[in-house]
Amino acid sequence: MMEMKAKGNVFRFGDNIDTDVIIPARYLNVSSGEELAKYCMIDIDPEFVHKIHKNDIIVAGKNFGCGSSREHAPLCIKCAGISCIIAENFARIFYRNAINIGMPILECPEAAKEIQEGDSVSVDFSTGVITDENTGKTYQAQPFPPFMQELMQQGGLVEYTKKKLQKK
Amino acid sequence: MGMTMTQKILAAHAGLDHVEAGQLIQAKLDVVLGNDITTAVAIREFAKTGAKEVFDKDKVVIVLDHFTPNKDIKAAEQCKASRTFAWEKGITHFYDVGTMGIEHALLPEQGIVAPGEVIIGADSHTCTYGALGAFSTGIGSTDMAIGMATGETWFKVPSAIRFILTGKPAKWVSGKDIILHIIGMIGVDGARYRSMEFTGDGIQYLSMDNRLTIANMAIEAGAKNGIFPVDDITLAYVKVHTKKPVRVFEADPDAQYDETYTIDLSTLRPTVAYPHLPENTKTIDAAEQDHVVIDQAVIGSCTNGRLEDMKIAASILRGKKVNPRVRTIVIPGTQQIYLDCVRLGYVEDIVKAGAIFSTPTCGPCLGGHMGILAAGERAISTTNRNFVGRMGATTSEVYLASPAVAAASALAGYIVDPEKMAGGEN
Ligand code: SF4
Repeated sequence: MMEMKAKGNVFRFGDNIDTDVIIPARYLNVSSGEELAKYCMIDIDPEFVHKIHKNDIIVAGKNFGCGSSREHAPLCIKCAGISCIIAENFARIFYRNAINIGMPILECPEAAKEIQEGDSVSVDFSTGVITDENTGKTYQAQPFPPFMQELMQQGGLVEYTKKKLQKK
Repeated sequence: MGMTMTQKILAAHAGLDHVEAGQLIQAKLDVVLGNDITTAVAIREFAKTGAKEVFDKDKVVIVLDHFTPNKDIKAAEQCKASRTFAWEKGITHFYDVGTMGIEHALLPEQGIVAPGEVIIGADSHTCTYGALGAFSTGIGSTDMAIGMATGETWFKVPSAIRFILTGKPAKWVSGKDIILHIIGMIGVDGARYRSMEFTGDGIQYLSMDNRLTIANMAIEAGAKNGIFPVDDITLAYVKVHTKKPVRVFEADPDAQYDETYTIDLSTLRPTVAYPHLPENTKTIDAAEQDHVVIDQAVIGSCTNGRLEDMKIAASILRGKKVNPRVRTIVIPGTQQIYLDCVRLGYVEDIVKAGAIFSTPTCGPCLGGHMGILAAGERAISTTNRNFVGRMGATTSEVYLASPAVAAASALAGYIVDPEKMAGGEN
């Protein structure tokens, strides 16, 4: 089961961060998350994977993850050690993929605008409350819809389906 | 309250009389698709579900197209994994070197997709089949795995934006120009999570190839799907291509749309999208003012690798020579299109003009192989994305355009109006 809380330092990105800069196609000839994680964000910030620490948080603008359907994108972010992505909003397939693989993401326009690079931020996924510990300010994000909470609680779509298939 | 065309198809596949935007549903799938990159991940997840067989051998489609013919050892290993899976599970529709084409050119051509169906594919351009009046959308590898195991998936029912297309497009204005114009208008997230429903009397002037191009790029506006009504052009197309049953769904007259845009196609001009987003559009007239010198021209991909696209490229290149500083790469979408190009003499037109004619592959579209750009280089391309680094080095640039504009620009050496290079014949 996924951890329902996260805490880490923030790395900021802008609008329309696409899957080609998150994980360029030239690295897609492998599919292991650990291998892919080495190139996470390489075309927008080649130093990113060297700067982050485990559980750090990405904060971004609108339409994060637009472009291809490659699940390698949320997977490489997750395997790089990022605990949560907060954005103004997400591209549709990225959103779906992140949920399916258990990469926590939250949509919150105010938090996405105001939280600064380097701030320490904590997130409670069950309530959707985001706290910027540098400013003390809290933000209310949409928590996951109940259907998705159920998926997440069962450990993602694969586990959920496995149980369903066993019942048959 | 009435339903949109998309909502009606989804309701029918969820066994419901009525659905509303925002509702979560479980829908039955007619086709589940994957390619060499996404299937590699999906088969791993499929194994974890404990399923032994796919839900229906005839409804799972695997196409090795991105890094094929295999570009390096790692890609070869990845394709081998998908190939082995396809053979073991007895997948009917498995396409490898010799039969393969770019998935979204291949599936309609081979009649694997039909109007009224629900199709998911682990490739974002799965939205292409909306041209046939199907609901089709891109999903990830885990969704593909679950789709293969169960034949079902969950959807959030989308709301829709309606585009009423009127009038007849001018000679050099194609489906590509129409969709680039629309993305320029609403932005790369303009239709995020929603359907784009195309209607109006202007669609009678849009061939199936043009509609496939338009639906293909719905994802570039962030849409869940793009869809056309089923009309005589659709019925004529499916009659030739598929033996599957055709189910015709129509939007209710009182269907609700978030927004409606009316676009007079007769006023559009050939359109180019500048780096690094498909929404950065300019008309060809504005682009000419910028005198954009190019190093490479690519004509192909799931957006513009169909026979009509090849025909336009060949007609512009025929009897001429491409600019010696422009590497010109033409890639037909499928083996059938390749053969048709040979038969119709297009290959000779293209090769004699100093361009190359490749076997079907995604190739340079995603910066895979067959024409990668060096730092600072510029390409005009009929593909669908011009993100940073999409075709090679992070400082290279991709300008998106129609086959006519790309072929004309290959001759000129800079981005140019096809009217100026065409020499009167088409
Ligand atoms: S041609 Fe390009 S956009 Fe189309 S499926 Fe291949 S890589 Fe994707």
